[in-house]
Amino acid sequence: MSETALTRPQLAPGVRLHWDRVRERQTLLYPEGALTLNQTAVDVLELCDGARSLDEIAGVLSEKYGGADVRADVGELLAAIAERGLVVDASA
Amino acid sequence: MPAPNPLLLIAELTYKCPLHCAYCSNPTDIGNSRYRDELTTEQWQRVLRESAELGVLQLALTGGEPMARRDIVELTATARESGLYSTLVTSALPFPPRRAQALKEAGLDHVQISFQDSDAVAADAIAGVAGFRRKVKAAAIARELGFPLTVNVVLHRGNLDRVEQIIAMAEELGARRLELANTQYHGWAALNRATLMPTREQLEHGEQVVQRERERLGARMEILWVLPDYYEELPKPCMGGWAADAILIQPNGDVLPCQAAASIPGLPIDNVRDRSLAEIWFESEVFQRFRGTEWMQEPCRSCPLGRQEVDHGGCRCQALALTGDATATDPVCHLSPNHQIIVDAREAANAARPDFEPGKLVPRTLHGLASASA
Repeated sequence: MSETALTRPQLAPGVRLHWDRVRERQTLLYPEGALTLNQTAVDVLELCDGARSLDEIAGVLSEKYGGADVRADVGELLAAIAERGLVVDASA
Repeated sequence: MPAPNPLLLIAELTYKCPLHCAYCSNPTDIGNSRYRDELTTEQWQRVLRESAELGVLQLALTGGEPMARRDIVELTATARESGLYSTLVTSALPFPPRRAQALKEAGLDHVQISFQDSDAVAADAIAGVAGFRRKVKAAAIARELGFPLTVNVVLHRGNLDRVEQIIAMAEELGARRLELANTQYHGWAALNRATLMPTREQLEHGEQVVQRERERLGARMEILWVLPDYYEELPKPCMGGWAADAILIQPNGDVLPCQAAASIPGLPIDNVRDRSLAEIWFESEVFQRFRGTEWMQEPCRSCPLGRQEVDHGGCRCQALALTGDATATDPVCHLSPNHQIIVDAREAANAARPDFEPGKLVPRTLHGLASASA
């Protein structure tokens, strides 16, 4: 799936963020699997509400990270997660 | 080195099931009265909470048929409250819309429906009940409620030639995942091995179709292809290693590292009525028995391929079933002195004989094996 296919990303049905209190880490839970997330990935996924566009998500994060240009990184991260079918486009 | 915390709980809620699949992985003694003494709702709820505290992330609500438990909605709610990601592993017989809706509201995350075949007549013949059309309907209900859907099909000599149609069926049902599980010869499947085992040609064709379809489908539908042990030269890391990731609880509360472990004689099996799940996981003799590599004999002990931590010696239950010794190397390994057993079984499957003889299958029944073969 190409990055441009994600206009307004959101977690796919049955996919959710979970704080693993035993291993003390953020995890993405989905059918028959779990993915350990770093804080950046959590920040991005928490903004994927199906309403915000990719640019809006990058904008919010850029502000949070002191003005850094994160557009490319956000796009790359979401494309990788979308390739596993865990993030989908709300406007599709 | 202390054991890592478990990730998966397989909760076999009951062995009642309307289906009679001859490859069922349940034990062949499910008719035994001890399994009828099922855990109560409160006991299961306690176990689910304990499992989450122990680090379990994924819960499989299975059986038998988990929908046969009247408290399935309550148990699902407790799973969600505890933070577990829950999958209902169901035959979808029954799968009434209102109950499915209640499961959704209780926080069930994912539905997995078993199909026996893409051909309704062949499917119902294996299931021993006219259920195919109801399953199709159930899949639609699950999709309408917004559940991600997995379709699971056990593959064998009788349906492997229809892999293409099975994939098309799953796509039409709106499945997000399709599990194509070549039969593992445990439980009832072990009894029926000679009838179920496919030919090499069937498997090669199936694998080619899967490769091609994976490319076509991309992220739309994931296809899992569980390798057929008897056509491998190296064993699988069964359950990711003994007591490495998973806990299985039987309907009566007996706790095991896998579905077939009770077949190993002399294992002092613990029950959740007597001990906490954490105690059982970390301290019980059963869970310690084949953890790590200390228990291994040759050729595993000095594995020339360095695969001790890769395949963990393969499956203990298969080693026992085929060699009589649960500490032996899984005969699937070409280095095993018993590998000829595997070679002979697949040669027999490839010898000229009729395509598939369903009449020879011993169907799963709650009355137990003795009366089934009588």
